[in-house]
Amino acid sequence: MSKRIGMEIALAAAEAVALCKPDVVAAYPITPNTHVPEHLSDIVAEGRLDAEFICVESEHSALSACCGASGAGARSFTATSSQGLAYMSEIIPIASSMRLPVVMIVGNRALSGPINIWNDQSDIMYQRDSGWISMFAANGQETIDMAIQAFKIAEHRDVMLPVNVNLDGFQLTHVVEPMEMPDQKEVDSFLPPFKPIATLHPDKIVSMGTLGLPEIFNETAKSKDEILKDSRRVILEVWKEWEEKFGRKYEPIEACEARGSDVLLMTLGSMGETAEVAVEEARKDGISVGLLKLKLWRPFPFEELRKAVKGCKVLAVLDRAVSYGGPGGPVFSEVRSAFYDMQERPVVINEIIGLGGRDVPVSDFRKIIEKSVQAIKTKPEEEYEIFGVRGS
Amino acid sequence: MVEIRWHGRGGQGAVTSVEMLALAAIEEGKFAQGFPSFGPERRGAPVVAFNRIDNKQIKVRSGIYKPDVVVVLDPSLIGLVNVTDGLKDDGILVVNTTKSPDEVKKEMKFPGLVATVDAAKIAREELGVPITNTTMLGAVMKATHLVKMESAESPLKERFGRLAPRNIKAMARAYDELKIAKAA
Amino acid sequence: MKKKKKWPEDWQDLNPGCMVFEPGSAREYHTGSWRAERPIFDESKCIRCGVCYIFCPEGCISQNKNGYFEADLDYCKGCGICAHECWPRAIKMIEEG
Repeated sequence: MSKRIGMEIALAAAEAVALCKPDVVAAYPITPNTHVPEHLSDIVAEGRLDAEFICVESEHSALSACCGASGAGARSFTATSSQGLAYMSEIIPIASSMRLPVVMIVGNRALSGPINIWNDQSDIMYQRDSGWISMFAANGQETIDMAIQAFKIAEHRDVMLPVNVNLDGFQLTHVVEPMEMPDQKEVDSFLPPFKPIATLHPDKIVSMGTLGLPEIFNETAKSKDEILKDSRRVILEVWKEWEEKFGRKYEPIEACEARGSDVLLMTLGSMGETAEVAVEEARKDGISVGLLKLKLWRPFPFEELRKAVKGCKVLAVLDRAVSYGGPGGPVFSEVRSAFYDMQERPVVINEIIGLGGRDVPVSDFRKIIEKSVQAIKTKPEEEYEIFGVRGS
Repeated sequence: MVEIRWHGRGGQGAVTSVEMLALAAIEEGKFAQGFPSFGPERRGAPVVAFNRIDNKQIKVRSGIYKPDVVVVLDPSLIGLVNVTDGLKDDGILVVNTTKSPDEVKKEMKFPGLVATVDAAKIAREELGVPITNTTMLGAVMKATHLVKMESAESPLKERFGRLAPRNIKAMARAYDELKIAKAA
Repeated sequence: MKKKKKWPEDWQDLNPGCMVFEPGSAREYHTGSWRAERPIFDESKCIRCGVCYIFCPEGCISQNKNGYFEADLDYCKGCGICAHECWPRAIKMIEEG
């Protein structure tokens, strides 16, 4: 039976990972994600989890160790943030191209510089094109649930891809709140043991990480793209099973009061929760506004998005990262590309908010709603803006 | 929803206070958040930590700017930081000090409810150290009636192990010894 | 004779993660065809230290039953590292042909 607990979300994430019984955890501490591996090392030391905890000297080594372990047939887990994730960069696309189902929790934090330890999502956006499945939790409960779902999705025979589960640093990692924690029996019945395609074992020799000549490289890229896109099918299956078992529904895009609303906000991660409060308030004031919470970032849910915006006049996409010199925020870029072939499409505006830990209270979301309502009549001149920036 | 801001110094355990209060509320089936002022930990520097407590699910994840309750763990912070900043006029101010609530009320020119307790003395006597984070939990519970004191016992036991009974006693003493000056 | 395919034709034919399931497949590729010079081992100078065996990047040098070393010319690329490293100068590179 699940148990209602109060716990810091980072610790709860570690507890959820432990319920999945990873064989190998290799991680290097980095703010604001430190508590995840720290607590897992406690759990291993207490004898509650029979895993090899590898104290590596860097994040590059952490993911390398996970790749090696996963190739050897071990369920492998790592966790990091920001510069640590950047330091893994070299290994990140290797994990996916080798089809190693490593699971990683990312406590999202701004990439330097200037040096900043606070929350935004620029760290994971930097890894956007690396071939991993990528999902975002909006609260503690989703963090627990997604951490467990991640192993099942990653290790599904049709998927065999690494998964990163993102939770906003500090905004989620450092908050104590109530959550439902599944018990070991429930997780065991949900998550079967890891069955690798092949293992690095001298009894049955295989080569992993081989050279790909120009003659096959286009084909490898096509295969990576198709398999990542096809993982959507498995993700939906796993989420359906989760709902049946645990009663909590997961969708690539969760819609709140979206049908028939003139204005929709679209969020990624924990800002969806505060935005929901603003939307509820605005609706009480008679404003026709709803909310789309994007949960699945890769593979990107194009179909669901096109369906979700039917009838809406303005969509305000809220990003927590900037694609410098590009189209604005990374989510905005995807959304606009999704709409290009649609005959009836909403005006899309982009507000980049909460960079490097800048707080975004309910009142700021209200301002964005107001601006979106105005955009029904007059499309704003600027395609995107960094919200609340001084000097503009 | 009730929003609380705790003032302390790095190392005095303000973060533990918000954690214990959140866990006590959750223990009662309520919804709660406890979180630090996000950032690096700096021993001795003035720090703040926050609680939100409600009977329904809490969605807001921004900072707290207009608290209903302010708790001051260290009296030397008064004057150094504006502890009543944004505190609602009908709110509650709970201070660890040797002064009476009326004195503090006058000094701070705060119209709401003021409650004081010499938590440093209690902590020294019960715990042997002037760390007032668990002691002040009792004071906050008495002043706000948000959470029952028994609800904090199990989280305190979990956190402090064999030191829990002393912390629980310190909390209970602060609950009993708290002096309150009613709102004008 | 059916010619063995060098690489998978379509993307669907790729093994997951481009894994190679048959061991020793590199043996099928005879790098000896790259060779412009071949090593000649002079047993009168050789002290059987094995430094050529250690340095050979192709791993194609092995010890024969008399304890002397020789290169497998199916794989030797003729790089000359063995001759360069052999301090008793027992290995000489001579032109192919």
